[in-house]
Amino acid sequence: MKLFLKVWRQDNRNDEGRFETHTLDNVSEDSSFLEMMDQLNEQLLEEGTEPVVFDHDCREGICGMCSLTINGLPHGTENSTTTCQLHMRKFEDGDTITIEPFRAKAFPVVKDLVVDRSAFDSITQAGGFITVRTGSAPDGNALPVPKDDSDKAMDAAACIGCGACVASCKNASAMLFTSAKAGHLNMLPQGQAEKDKRVLAMVSAMDEAGFGNCRNYGECSAACPKDISLDYIAKLNRDHAKAKIKSIFA
Amino acid sequence: MTYLKSQTMNLDSNIPEGPLADKWDNHRFSSKLVNPANKRKYKIIVVGSGLAGGSAAATLGELGYNVDCFCYQDSPRRAHSIAAQGGINAAKNYQNDGDSIHRLFYDTVKGGDFRSREANVYRLAQVSTNIIDQCVAQGVPFAREYGGLLANRSFGGAQVSRTFYARGQTGQQLLLGAYSALSRQISAGQVKMHTRDEMLDIVVVDGHAKGIITRNLATGETKAWTADAVLLCTGGYGNVYYLSTNAIGCNVTATFRAYRRGAGFANPCFTQIHPTCIPVAGDHQSKLTLMSESLRNDGRVWVPKNAEDAGKNPNDIAEADRDYYLERKYPSFGNLAPRDISSRSAKEACDEGRAVGPGGRGVYLDFSDSISRLGETAIRERYGNLFQMYERITGENAYQRPMRIYPAIHYTMGGLWVDYNLMTTIPGCFALGEANFSDHGANRLGASALMQGLSDGYFVIPYTIGDYLAKSGAGAISPDSPEVKEVMESVRERVDQLVSSKGKRSSRSYHKELGQIMWEYAGMARNEKGLNKAIGQIQDLRDDFNKNLLVPGSGDNLNAELERAGRVRDFLDFGELLCRDALERNESCGGHFREEHQTEDGEAVRDDENFAHAAVWEFDGDGKTPNRHQEKLTYDNVKLAVRSYK
Repeated sequence: MKLFLKVWRQDNRNDEGRFETHTLDNVSEDSSFLEMMDQLNEQLLEEGTEPVVFDHDCREGICGMCSLTINGLPHGTENSTTTCQLHMRKFEDGDTITIEPFRAKAFPVVKDLVVDRSAFDSITQAGGFITVRTGSAPDGNALPVPKDDSDKAMDAAACIGCGACVASCKNASAMLFTSAKAGHLNMLPQGQAEKDKRVLAMVSAMDEAGFGNCRNYGECSAACPKDISLDYIAKLNRDHAKAKIKSIFA
Repeated sequence: MTYLKSQTMNLDSNIPEGPLADKWDNHRFSSKLVNPANKRKYKIIVVGSGLAGGSAAATLGELGYNVDCFCYQDSPRRAHSIAAQGGINAAKNYQNDGDSIHRLFYDTVKGGDFRSREANVYRLAQVSTNIIDQCVAQGVPFAREYGGLLANRSFGGAQVSRTFYARGQTGQQLLLGAYSALSRQISAGQVKMHTRDEMLDIVVVDGHAKGIITRNLATGETKAWTADAVLLCTGGYGNVYYLSTNAIGCNVTATFRAYRRGAGFANPCFTQIHPTCIPVAGDHQSKLTLMSESLRNDGRVWVPKNAEDAGKNPNDIAEADRDYYLERKYPSFGNLAPRDISSRSAKEACDEGRAVGPGGRGVYLDFSDSISRLGETAIRERYGNLFQMYERITGENAYQRPMRIYPAIHYTMGGLWVDYNLMTTIPGCFALGEANFSDHGANRLGASALMQGLSDGYFVIPYTIGDYLAKSGAGAISPDSPEVKEVMESVRERVDQLVSSKGKRSSRSYHKELGQIMWEYAGMARNEKGLNKAIGQIQDLRDDFNKNLLVPGSGDNLNAELERAGRVRDFLDFGELLCRDALERNESCGGHFREEHQTEDGEAVRDDENFAHAAVWEFDGDGKTPNRHQEKLTYDNVKLAVRSYK
């Protein structure tokens, strides 16, 4: 395949940035999107241009390190697929592909297509855990968890923290991410003791990090490579309201 | 080469006295403790944030130590432990099917082809049950039965169901558990997390590990960090083969640099090739994708009986013309034969010209029997995400047409030599998880990597590090001391040298070529002639690398080519070490198959008389052949037997 690539280049956080156009020939349709990027970089090296930097690691759709907004959509047009799992057979010979970083105020660009997503870590650090000392846990089967609850918790826990939800949202809201992490723990009996504290702390960390408000557009869930459902946002809103009221009367 | 007896290298394994089952208890009692008020006087460096590093950093922070944790990714949650699919073993015996600590211990020693250390493996089996409890309490959403209790499945190399799992994402869920514990300590101020920071060297002062030098990948800044102990939890070296199931960033630099500073490197030739990966599709390939071994519970492996059928549509090949070779050769384990055996059988079938699929290297993993027995819904529930992943990569629907699989490098059993306390031959430098060598011998069983990473981090190191610190005393040195500055200077020089390489060839092209040499001569089958050839070719490639490498740009910002060049440079040296180890280990065992040592029907032949030891390599300077030392492995509780899965 022959492709025309419009790639975002930006030297650092403060640089204005610009698009660069490159033509890439002989791309195998069996290669992944990132392998196509590797091929571009090898070509740039030969041409004496500095290669494009982009985040990636596991290349099997689970680490959440890869990002890229491809033709306007985080992780591209394919549903339930991360950029690393997107394959070139989904494109046509002669296509022009626009490649940009995930754009959001809370995700500043580090260089080219690499952004800083550490704001997600701070949300987790605020309350995305169950306080349990190593070694103090009761037997794993001491507390039965209904299969349905466990399955729903797993659905939420499948979030890979890539940030596509934020990048797809007009307001750059992190509600889907936050609600997935909080929802996972809040749905389990182990997570009940800290539930109220958790949602209040995580939501306020989310606001402090500069993410926008959720207006229920739903783009986040559509862009999510792991199909995290909007139901978790509803649940987080409910849990948050309850916790807030309780904190007023406490 | 001569077989040096341990002269300069202290390989005392420090195995505690007493009966096997009491060793860990005895050791915990005899280990010195650090009192709570003193813990905060100690600084500990943890390199890596996967299951081993994440769990260690969290637990040590919780105990009151001051921890600095480093990872090269943008978040500790992304370490490659996250990609483990199938599950985690534990001797809970919830299934009442005959499991016990002793059976898990025995299976692991036997699975490792009698090349692991008994006492370490027994401890691993003992603490396996605590791991499950710990993870459940953290909120890890393990699969459950309808009654709400934990579910199990069986896994390769075992005849009991002892594997706990969270769909096909067990590694992810366990890592997120460790990451949540780590996050709690970060917010409490007990752990300082340093992301996009890669360790490039270790500082050893008066024989003790006292710090590390890192390079920040985003800013290019090199920095010295000092502490009372250094934990290397940096994973395996599978990427020396270029194509592997490892993440692109996985590398050997941290452990290899420790080796260059005096840490013994044990059994580098023990590499595991996983039988169920998606076959190579073409030259563009940058990594190989694993299909969880759990698929072998319901899938049947076959190739056509006749080579002329290899190009046919699999659905058109009659039942009578299919060779279900694992079921034929290993009737009692069948499709669940251990990884090394399954991988070699696949290679044999392909070498006979019976390979299937476009790449010319592949066998079928067929679910049609299970689908007709259990229904497509049941199969979808068990493996839906894996089938989906397979379709994304290959464009084929495995519900309708058998999957194509082929072995790929997946895990490395070798690693830094450690004693019972997980301490390397450099006092104060510990190695945890895949980075060490001790528990899996020459072959790891499925679902045991997660178990070992968490065992080392949650339950072993918190005890053993206290003993070291209490005996050696607090003694972190200043980052400005001359010993630190000297190492820092050498790191800067190395980075500068790479940045100023303005030759013609990219580091990727060298890595690819190295990978081809390794796979050809040190892959699934090895022989003396091939290994010697590989060593020569690697040396030539390294010379070429030193002359013709091209690194664009500068070292003061994000430069992926520079990062890769540094890693590939270490892989070039390390690949040679691996081949050398494979050459010297003149026997077949586990994942190390020497063609000179096999039975008539192609089974591995061990040489217990001469090779029942861990080979520990000691660096002796650039351009010099390293010294090979031995730690003799003794088996008091299991009988050395021919590993049979027939």
